[in-house]
Amino acid sequence: MDFRRPSLIARVAAPFRGAAQRFALGFLMIVAFATMFLGKADTHFVERFRTGVTDVAAPILEAMAEPVAAANRVLAHLGELAALREENQRLREEVSRLRGWHAAALRLEAENKSLRDLLQYRGPDRNTFVSARVVADGHGPFVKSVLVNIGTRDGIEKGQAAVTQLGLVGRVTEVGDRSARILLITDLNSRIPVLVEETRARAILAGDNSERPQLVFLPQGTRLSPGQRIVTSGHGGALPHGIPVGVVASVEDGVARVRPFVDWERLEYIQIIDFEVAAGGASGGNSSASGDAVAPRPRLPGAAPAAPSTGAAPAVTSGGAGSDTGASAPRVQP
Amino acid sequence: MKGGFWQQLDHWARRLVPFGLCLVFVLLSVLPIPVPGYSSVVPMLTAAAVFFWAVHHPRLLPPSIVFAIGLAQDTLSGAPIGSGAVVLLAVFGVTVSQRRFFHNRSFIQVWVGFMVVALAAAVLSWLLTVLHVGFFYPPPAAFFQYVLTVAVYPLVTWMLHGAQQLVPAET
Repeated sequence: MDFRRPSLIARVAAPFRGAAQRFALGFLMIVAFATMFLGKADTHFVERFRTGVTDVAAPILEAMAEPVAAANRVLAHLGELAALREENQRLREEVSRLRGWHAAALRLEAENKSLRDLLQYRGPDRNTFVSARVVADGHGPFVKSVLVNIGTRDGIEKGQAAVTQLGLVGRVTEVGDRSARILLITDLNSRIPVLVEETRARAILAGDNSERPQLVFLPQGTRLSPGQRIVTSGHGGALPHGIPVGVVASVEDGVARVRPFVDWERLEYIQIIDFEVAAGGASGGNSSASGDAVAPRPRLPGAAPAAPSTGAAPAVTSGGAGSDTGASAPRVQP
Repeated sequence: MKGGFWQQLDHWARRLVPFGLCLVFVLLSVLPIPVPGYSSVVPMLTAAAVFFWAVHHPRLLPPSIVFAIGLAQDTLSGAPIGSGAVVLLAVFGVTVSQRRFFHNRSFIQVWVGFMVVALAAAVLSWLLTVLHVGFFYPPPAAFFQYVLTVAVYPLVTWMLHGAQQLVPAET
């Protein structure tokens, strides 16, 4: 078969083909613009379309991500080998330092338990979590989101919190059958109710697509200093209380910026918290979860081993628990 | 078309090579690459691939396919849906209209041409997102993305040049 010799029909049709292609180009350009407007007007339809496509692509992306992850692990191991001696020394020092903290934690845990028993206090942190693998990165200068390989069939719902062992990653914004999109806390559209751990001052962590999201709606007169820890406040009922978010990085010209704890470059596995909202809470919980469930759910094949924690987050902070039952949005002054 | 069933199948499979490779580039561009700062400046690989096919085999990449690739990219990357399709269609349209200029030129000349087309694509992409979201994104990130896109174009060309042997000749 010779494809190089055009037939008579092809030669006659050639100019028409060109015109048809130009027409198609113009028409599709209009359709693409219309799609943009549709995406703005009918978000539900677009969301369904998106999740349909991501459901199909997730297994392929998962397969493609594996070699990249393997190569990265090899590189990381090689890098670690080079600094093994120094790392060992540093870890020994850290272990001896942490032993002291461990003893303090055990003492405080026992004290906390006895005090809770005395008060018959039932904490709000009854959560389960599901581990997921990051299969795609919402790349580019305009979007900060990731795609994970679990969806509604794993009990994932919109609004749930995504964390790593280090802290809060973001929230679930779109859920398909087997894929979900996590909007990172650095994204322009991300708004997380938080509080300054030390002073208990409430604020909203607002992403602006930079590496350092801002703290907005701080109460008047709040004094912030770099290094203060920021945790989720649990207000609004959508996220668990006390998930570590980051530390105050800078306060310049009245703008406080937070350096998130999460290592964005090593975002391979994350956990989605199935937060059971306290009575009267807004959303985010899976009502099928049993009241006292604290164990991680069975995970998907290929998913990472979960953090050894149970409860809200790998490192749940203490204090302020009494205010968590309130489900109203934070009322803060600019 | 003459030939048996397998020949026809082979022919159509070869015709789909540009589309398939563009989809691969879509997937590559959303893969989580653990390089510091990469996620903010990930190159527009798909735009580079569409440019390549528009220069060398525009008939094998009809506008409808370009549109579908753009939608797939928007869907997976989380960008405003339709914006990538507009940008890719613009890249395709401009390149095809200037195809005479690119014909029989050296690689460097085509690369320079791509620099101009990619700059227009980057500006269009930035403008569409700013208008759609209503937020003035700082241009430097988009600019670095553009620089990286131009820098990886030789690599994209090298990869697609090999695949060119598979596609049927232009009619």
